[in-house]
Amino acid sequence: MYGPDMERAECYHLRATAMAQTKITLEQVRHVARLARLEWSSEQEERLRADMDEMLAYVDKLNELDTKDVAPTTQVGEAGMPMRDDEVTNRAAADAMLANAPSRERGYFKVPKIIE
Amino acid sequence: MASELNKLTIAEASSKLRAREITATQLTRDCLDRIAAAEPRLHAFITVCENEAFEQARAADARLAAGNAPAMCGIPLGIKDIYSTKGIRTTCASRILGTFVPPFDATVIERLRADGAIFVGKTNMDEFAMGSSTENSAFGPTMNPHDTARVAGGSSGGSAAAVAAHECLGALGTDTGGSIREPASFCGVVGIKPTYSRVSRYGVVAYASSLDQVGPFARSVRDAAIIIRAIAGKDVRDSTCSARPVPDYERALTGDVKGLRIGVPREYFVEGMQPEVEKSIRSALKNYESLGASTVEISLPHTGYAIAAYYLVATAEASANLARYDGIRFGLRVNAEDNIALYETTRAKGFGAEVKRRIMLGTFALSAGYYDAYYLKAQKVRTLIRNDFERAFEKCDLIVTPVAPTTAFKIGEKMNDPLTMYLSDIFTISVNLAGLPGMSIPCGHDSNNLPIGMQLIAPPFAEETILRAGDAFERTGAFKPRTAAV
Repeated sequence: MYGPDMERAECYHLRATAMAQTKITLEQVRHVARLARLEWSSEQEERLRADMDEMLAYVDKLNELDTKDVAPTTQVGEAGMPMRDDEVTNRAAADAMLANAPSRERGYFKVPKIIE
Repeated sequence: MASELNKLTIAEASSKLRAREITATQLTRDCLDRIAAAEPRLHAFITVCENEAFEQARAADARLAAGNAPAMCGIPLGIKDIYSTKGIRTTCASRILGTFVPPFDATVIERLRADGAIFVGKTNMDEFAMGSSTENSAFGPTMNPHDTARVAGGSSGGSAAAVAAHECLGALGTDTGGSIREPASFCGVVGIKPTYSRVSRYGVVAYASSLDQVGPFARSVRDAAIIIRAIAGKDVRDSTCSARPVPDYERALTGDVKGLRIGVPREYFVEGMQPEVEKSIRSALKNYESLGASTVEISLPHTGYAIAAYYLVATAEASANLARYDGIRFGLRVNAEDNIALYETTRAKGFGAEVKRRIMLGTFALSAGYYDAYYLKAQKVRTLIRNDFERAFEKCDLIVTPVAPTTAFKIGEKMNDPLTMYLSDIFTISVNLAGLPGMSIPCGHDSNNLPIGMQLIAPPFAEETILRAGDAFERTGAFKPRTAAV
């Protein structure tokens, strides 16, 4: 298999250390799954934990860099927010918007009962 | 007997259409015939739009007959299935959008429609553009037209394969970490990721909003220039979209690269790379020198950190963007006893493995207690990567690198190893983090006849520099891309 050089591009070498140290526990994986609204079976959970563990060990290499005085980049586009007049340009199209609804009734999205 | 008009370039077809030597209907028929013949072996398309395409072709012919039609009028294109197309199913290669029919067009689709372009179909991709091989499609992978046992690259693999196999004259893709350039390289076509903010993303399903960019695939640099000109420019519906005027990119194609300073980053020519890839890029650099350009070694010292920074920034943004798929307003719904269970089961059934993995990683990177250590840290490293390029462009006008460390890999080879798959994007990802324009152009073949791509990178909004240099390389005739085997 070809890949960038380990010494210079430092892409692979953390792979070996990935197994050495646990970056994320099963309990944390379950907590994140709840935050992300994703259901996992118990067999899937361990595999997922191992995958996330490997990725988190890999991204740990960022800590080799001193970024104390570095400002974060949040956007790479041109500075400034363009302004425009707040005018309605689209027509009401409830039927078109509801056409893709998994469940609808009388012009509304239908969901399971929320309030008893 | 097929007339094979589908093999024309956009520039050739456009001039024949205007001269009334051919019609848009004939051209569209040849593309659709080719699609019917090649699709069983390629699977470049998720949806083929035969009826709509012929309808568009008839309208284009009427317009061409009246004279003064725009350059894209009557040109059949493939559209990545990530673009909202009014009345045409748009799946993003996901079960969660498996039956979604958008009630509106993306801005670039609206612009191409207004110019009279023809959409022959929606092309295959990695689900939600997350992948480097188009194997993460809920509809099955796309095969490489040069060797059907190999991947087409990704995430825009369907668009790259369709253009390489002459199923259409050009195509649209999107590029978040290399998703246009890597498949272009693997399939032997031209692919451009323009500067971040050059082209509107309105109506394009969002993956990582600070990185996503729209761009074309084509069989020549000139064709890619024609498409970008048609789609670029200010859009009030995408607040990140630049108001800078759009140049006539074709005018930049002078063939003259005398005095052009080409930077060659030492971090991109590393041991362990497929030797034929390096050889091919070095030989292209010699061609540039013989045309009067100069080459200078440069350094992009933070290259080795790009993938780590990318996979935190991109997954964090993805976890937020994909929160909208909740089974309530559109897309798949899996019913459950209460709303929370409905969200959880819908998302578990609707998303594929890689998408879920990225949502999990991104959610973790943004979660309380980890934000500073992961997400913020990655954004700071992103600044260092941008600074690398800024410094490099003090010494050169253009940077030349390989697109990928290897040619197309075998289907299935990297599917069980996410991290190895991510490393296919090592040479393309920094360009997205820095928001720069980048192009992949065919420059050679390996011993298996698989295409090799050369990447040209320029400062923000210097698309003309990469187009001029790419076109100049094509004109030397030093390398003639092979016709795809399929």
